Formats: sequence, C-alpha cells, structure tokens
Amino acid sequence: MWKWLHPYAKPERSYQLATTLLPWFAISSIFCLSIGVVWGLAFAPVDYQQGESYRIIFIHVPAATLSLSTYMAMATAALVGMVWQLKLADAAAAAIAPIGAVLTAVALVTGAAWGKPMWGTWWIWDARLTTQLILLFIYLGIIALHSSFEDKVLAGRAAGILTLVGVINIPIIKYSVEWWNTLHQGATISKLDKPSMDSAMLIPLLINILGFALMIGALTLIRFRNEVIARNAMRPWVKELVALENK
Amino acid sequence: MNQSLSYWQTFLIVLKRDLQVAVRNKGDIFNPLIFFVIVITLFPLGIGSDSAILTRIAPGIIWVAALLSALLSLERLFKNDYLDGSLEQMLLSPQPLFIMVFAKVFAHWLLTGIPIIVVAPLLALLLHMEQSAYGAMLATLALGTPILSLIGGIGVALTVGIKKGGVLLSLLILPMYIPVLIFATSAIEAAALGMPFSGHLAIIGALLAGSLTLTPFAIGAALRVSTN
Repeated sequence: MWKWLHPYAKPERSYQLATTLLPWFAISSIFCLSIGVVWGLAFAPVDYQQGESYRIIFIHVPAATLSLSTYMAMATAALVGMVWQLKLADAAAAAIAPIGAVLTAVALVTGAAWGKPMWGTWWIWDARLTTQLILLFIYLGIIALHSSFEDKVLAGRAAGILTLVGVINIPIIKYSVEWWNTLHQGATISKLDKPSMDSAMLIPLLINILGFALMIGALTLIRFRNEVIARNAMRPWVKELVALENK
Repeated sequence: MNQSLSYWQTFLIVLKRDLQVAVRNKGDIFNPLIFFVIVITLFPLGIGSDSAILTRIAPGIIWVAALLSALLSLERLFKNDYLDGSLEQMLLSPQPLFIMVFAKVFAHWLLTGIPIIVVAPLLALLLHMEQSAYGAMLATLALGTPILSLIGGIGVALTVGIKKGGVLLSLLILPMYIPVLIFATSAIEAAALGMPFSGHLAIIGALLAGSLTLTPFAIGAALRVSTN
C-alpha cells in the first residue's frame, strides 16, 4: 500500500519532488494571500465594537492557528524520523522549526498590537498568551539543540526527541481558552458549529488561513531543499546539479 | 553483569551506587540546597522587607528557586557517568535501560528534591507565608519536585554529549517546567486564601503520573543519541 512512497526515501527523489511542488505552493499562496489580505484589510466591513483595529485578525488568527499546526507537522516528521529511521524526515523537521518559531512570534506581536487598543495593555499574563509564549520558547529550544550538534544526523534525532516531548504542550495551548476563564476570547471558527462571525469577515479570513498554510508549505519546501543539499553535498547527484547550475 | 538480576535488584543496585557516589561528594547534595536558600534570601533584600508583599509573592519565589536549584543540580545526573564511561557500560548491559534510568532519576530526587521539601517550611516562615498555605506548599513540592527531576532528565540526557551544555539545558528544560510552576503556585495561593486546592493538586498528580511512566523511555532514547 505504501510502496509508492519508498522511492522518496532517496534524497535525490525527494529533492526533485520538492522542486516540482514548490512553484505550485508558491503561486497559490501568493494568489490566496493577495486576495485575502486586500479583501480583509481594505474591503471587509468594519466591526461595530472594535472598529478598524479588528483587522489585525487577518494576520493574527492564521499565524496563531498555524503555529500549532506547524508544530504538529514538525512532530509528525520527527516521529516518522524516529520510528522508521528516515533521515529525510529529520531534515523536514529541521526545516520546519524556524518557520514555526517565526509564526509564533508573529502571532504574539500582532496580538500585542491588537491588545493595546482593545485591552489597554500590550501584554497580560493570560493563559492563552502565556502558553503561546511557552510554544515560542520550545521552538527556540529545539532550534538551539539542533544547532549545537556538529553531526546533522545526531542533531536530528536529539531535536526529534525534544519535539515529541514538547507535543504535550499543544493541547494545553489549544484548550487554554476553554480550561481557564481568560481574557483572550475562545475560538470563533470551528468545524462543527456555525461560526459566530459574519461571512463577509469569515471568507477573507479563511482565504488568508489557506494562504498562510500554502506559504508555510512553500517555505518548508525551500528550506527542505536546502537541508537535503547541505546534507548530501558530497554526493555525485548534488555535484551534477551544481555543474548544471553553473553552465 | 549477572543475567538473572530482577528489575527490583537492578533498581536497587543503581540507586545504591548513585547514593554512594553522592555521599562521597557531599557538595553535590549541599550546593543546590545552599543555592536554593541563598536565592530565596535575595528576594527580601531586593524587594524590601514589607511583609505584605513577601506574603503575596512567597509561593512564586519558593517555586522559582526550586526550579533553578533543580536545574543547577541536574547536570550531575549523567555528566560524570558519561565522562568516565560508566554510562556506556549501563547502555550496553542486558538490564532494561528504563529501570536504570528510573533509579538514577529517583536517586537525584532523593538527593535534591527531599532536602528542598525539608527546608521549604523554614523559608516560608522567613517569607511570612500564610499559615494555611504550608500544607499546600509541602504537597505541591512533594508532587512537583519528582516531575522536575524526571523532565530535567530528558534535557540532561540530550545535552550530556555537548560541550557547555549547561546554558542549553536551561533553554530546553525551563519551558517544560512552566506548567508545573503555574499549577503549584496557584494551588498555594488558593490555599492561602482558604479556598480548596485539590483540583490543582490533581493536575500536578496527573503530570507526575504521566512523567513517571513516559520520561524514562524518553531519557533512554536521548541517552542512546548522546552516546551514539
């Protein structure tokens, strides 16, 4: 059943696949993001309570939601790398980590920018904010651990263990707004319920979330290609590739 | 090593060895404890001796100091064994790694967790903590310090092969400690206000149960990576 996957354990095939997929992800993400951002920031109706400042959600919500999803993607890659000993899966996890850290930082900064006019403060030690800050620390720890090993293979394994240990924090962050009675509002969009949000605001937000997801995919592919090249720099196929580039 | 050792015998042998090593280097036991006491005495000096403020922040100070002193003492969990090669012997031995790692972490808790629990009431007295909060403080420390040793063990196991792993260790481990810190201090604060705190204790207990069962495997896997 999984046999079609086997050739992609070869770095060369994975590299080619990433190269083929990259333009699709890049173009569709630019398309979605330009529609979503322009619609959300310029044309979506003004919120009757929060005024214009609510528009930050078009950046904040995708970044915050996907910072968790990115972590899960990284943890999945780490698990695959650990269970099936696939070095490429470790390379994928290493490629994702900085992207997740930046998304988490973006979510925190945009949240602070929104909190100032709305709550009257840049920062509050609220459960959602605190747990998101922990997520940023965990991302930074994983990156630091990864970069402190000389050997990339060992680095991938060590960072993989830490990534999997950190997974316990994901449900805590996800449900922090439900478990604790916090200042941060609960989830507005949910798969099962009707969203408590007008569709004129919801549609650009969803487009933006999709655009962010595609952008993360594109960035991951770029970084994954770099990781593969860096780890296989001495292989003949990489040398051929460089020779082709230089022609 | 004898093949026919039971799990319990393995556990006792490793535990006894680690305790003996610690007794012969008494600094290993006392330095983190002295650090714990000094950090706590710094707060009244820095903040001022207003007893109302101290009462208010006592739970947080005691717990943060406990986290830092745990962090300080963690490195000796595997470092010396790694340097003199006995860690590799342990990994090569036919006994399950889970049991040996568990014994080492348990020894670490006996040497660093228990002394903190013993001196904590004295320091709480110095910080004018509410009378009603003492029970909660001891309960959270009793449930929480083993978690610190267990989770910390993962970080030490990951960084033991790295030169100057100390700073990195704090970067990896402190974020993982935050949930324990949050629930422990809120339990003590609830107790100080005369409110029930069994819910907080239950969550810390759940964290302890989870880390008792899972972290020895993670530590073992990390040690195999570090020693390679």
